[in-house]
Amino acid sequence: MIEINKLEKCFGDTQVLTSIDLRVNRGELVFVIGPSGSGKSTMLRCCNRLEEPTSGSILLDGEHVTDCRGRALDRMRLKIGMVFQGFHLYPHKSVLANVMLAQVKALKRSRSEAEARAMEMLDHVGLAHKASAMPSELSGGQQQRVAIARALALDPKVMLFDEPTSALDPELVGSVLKVMKQLRDEGMTMVVVSHEMNFAREAADRVVFMDGGVVVEVGTPEEIFGNPKSERLRAFLSRLQPSGA
Amino acid sequence: MRFLDTFFDGVVMAKYLPDLLLAIVTTLWLSAIIVIGGLALGLALACLRTLGRWYLTLPIVAFADIGRAMPPLVVILIFYFGLPGLGISLSGPMVLILVLGGVLAAFAEEIFWAGLTAVPKGQWEAGRATGLSFAQTLFDVALPQAIRLGIPPLVNRALAITKMTALGSVIGVKEILAVSSSAQSFSGSATPLTMAALAYLAIFLPVVILSRLAERRYAWSV
Amino acid sequence: MSNFIDLFFNLDIMGQAWPLLFKGLIITLKLCAVVIGLGVVGGLLLALGALSPRRWLKWPAVGFIDLFRALPPLVLLIFVYSGLPFAGLDLSPFMAVVIAFFLNNSAYFAEVFRAGIQSVPKGQTEAARATGLGAAQTLIQVVLPQAVRNVLPDLLSNTVEVVKLTSLASVVSLSELLYSANMARSVTYNSSPLVLAALIYLAILWPLVRLISRYQRGIAVH
Repeated sequence: MIEINKLEKCFGDTQVLTSIDLRVNRGELVFVIGPSGSGKSTMLRCCNRLEEPTSGSILLDGEHVTDCRGRALDRMRLKIGMVFQGFHLYPHKSVLANVMLAQVKALKRSRSEAEARAMEMLDHVGLAHKASAMPSELSGGQQQRVAIARALALDPKVMLFDEPTSALDPELVGSVLKVMKQLRDEGMTMVVVSHEMNFAREAADRVVFMDGGVVVEVGTPEEIFGNPKSERLRAFLSRLQPSGA
Repeated sequence: MRFLDTFFDGVVMAKYLPDLLLAIVTTLWLSAIIVIGGLALGLALACLRTLGRWYLTLPIVAFADIGRAMPPLVVILIFYFGLPGLGISLSGPMVLILVLGGVLAAFAEEIFWAGLTAVPKGQWEAGRATGLSFAQTLFDVALPQAIRLGIPPLVNRALAITKMTALGSVIGVKEILAVSSSAQSFSGSATPLTMAALAYLAIFLPVVILSRLAERRYAWSV
Repeated sequence: MSNFIDLFFNLDIMGQAWPLLFKGLIITLKLCAVVIGLGVVGGLLLALGALSPRRWLKWPAVGFIDLFRALPPLVLLIFVYSGLPFAGLDLSPFMAVVIAFFLNNSAYFAEVFRAGIQSVPKGQTEAARATGLGAAQTLIQVVLPQAVRNVLPDLLSNTVEVVKLTSLASVVSLSELLYSANMARSVTYNSSPLVLAALIYLAILWPLVRLISRYQRGIAVH
């Protein structure tokens, strides 16, 4: 489904990603963990070219994401849904309009079709009753679920989650994770960068551990959490323990 | 070549350069008086407004509103051509200083006042609670913060208003534009106008660029 | 006192001058519409240029903006009106005014739009691009609506400045409001037409100036 080959990324003189190779299969939920500054988010952002990779290639269903330019890139991005840490709902548009915008402007759906699809997706994340609200009237958890609906409405082949719960109050995290779990059960291909280790144990098919811009270890949740092989992963996990994560 | 002769005629330039230098001096001292006087008056009015007395606030707000809404050239013409009828004859430079200084004061009052209202109430309470008087709290606590907030818009406004010293050419003030305009009609060459434009650029371009740099600096520090 | 009223608020003379002033007012309004329209469009394009990562777009745009912010609008107007005929370009007063004020105004509007666009968080653009919207769609649908809302007071105050600016057109004998009033003054030897013009400007601009103050206060409180 997604194929990342020898991905490298430099910001000026500092190399943040070094020779990343990763394959994500259809219907798989791949969880990416690692200390802050390990390059997790940068890797995710390279997948839809919000960051420009310095070298290497990324393929989606055999098509090069890294070679796309202009309109072709916009069309490619339609197939890759993204959910941000900061939600980034458009504050000047209602919830419904947020979910409709790209459907109408980028997918060229008719307004009635886009509205029907938007309502369906809002219902899916449990927020159909908030369709006419403005983003500022919603809690963080609700805003993030609208952001998920906004991405899903475009019928993406894969969903990228960039620390989707990090900006949320603890009591609101659950509602977002529930939606993600539901998506997984429906067979959506997902790549999730997050610190929610319990969720990783429960829902991930594979866990990727990154540190210092390289992929250090890949395995099932049992392997990664139960039997960490590398010293760096053991150190990372032991630092997490006291916080009860 | 014809273009160069028309707009950059060396002979014409040499001939009118001394006059233009004098005019630059005139523009500069007019600008200095207008900026200093306008800012001082605007600051004083904003401070008076903090007293919260309606008989002070009302005329101050009226002055600030009229000063901001009225085209300066209209007021300049009224002062210059109208006041002599009342036996008050003001020289051209005097009219320019009064009107442009007043306009700057009107804008500065609003900017200082907006800055003062942006200072959190807790700052005033902290000042008063530590035994400072109203005036001490105003001058030592609130005003420094208000002025800091107001610097970028004040620089822009002061720049815009000092550029209006060119309006002096309409009422016979021998500033840059007036001198170069008359030189243009005497010499029959566009060169004096080029010189005027260059003179203004020499004065104001550094200010524009500095304010751009200052803004970047300011944006970083926030 | 009666002398003062006779000289400045003479209703008879105001009544006689009114038809002339009304014609002038129409020209002023036309001028405003053209200059504001062009200024907004030009300013937006310049702002996009100045924010572009491409150097060959960015530096000319920034240079243009700074150059025309540094030149007094009256100097620009005289240069276009009296200078360009030397280069074989004869312009009607209206065209000269439109060109000169377009250059001045688009630079000012550009600065406002630039600040507005920069005030929109980067995440907004990223979210829009991530959903497959193109650069132009992102700008029009997502960035500009927020940018305009964030700098609305500045856009309004720039608009007020344009209306005031059009009074300078009187200097090149364009028969707008101030020119007509000054004409009436010189015929009647009485300043009442100028005062009437001032009152008309005030009637148009005072509500806008109030609105701007209201907005600034609103921002200060939040």
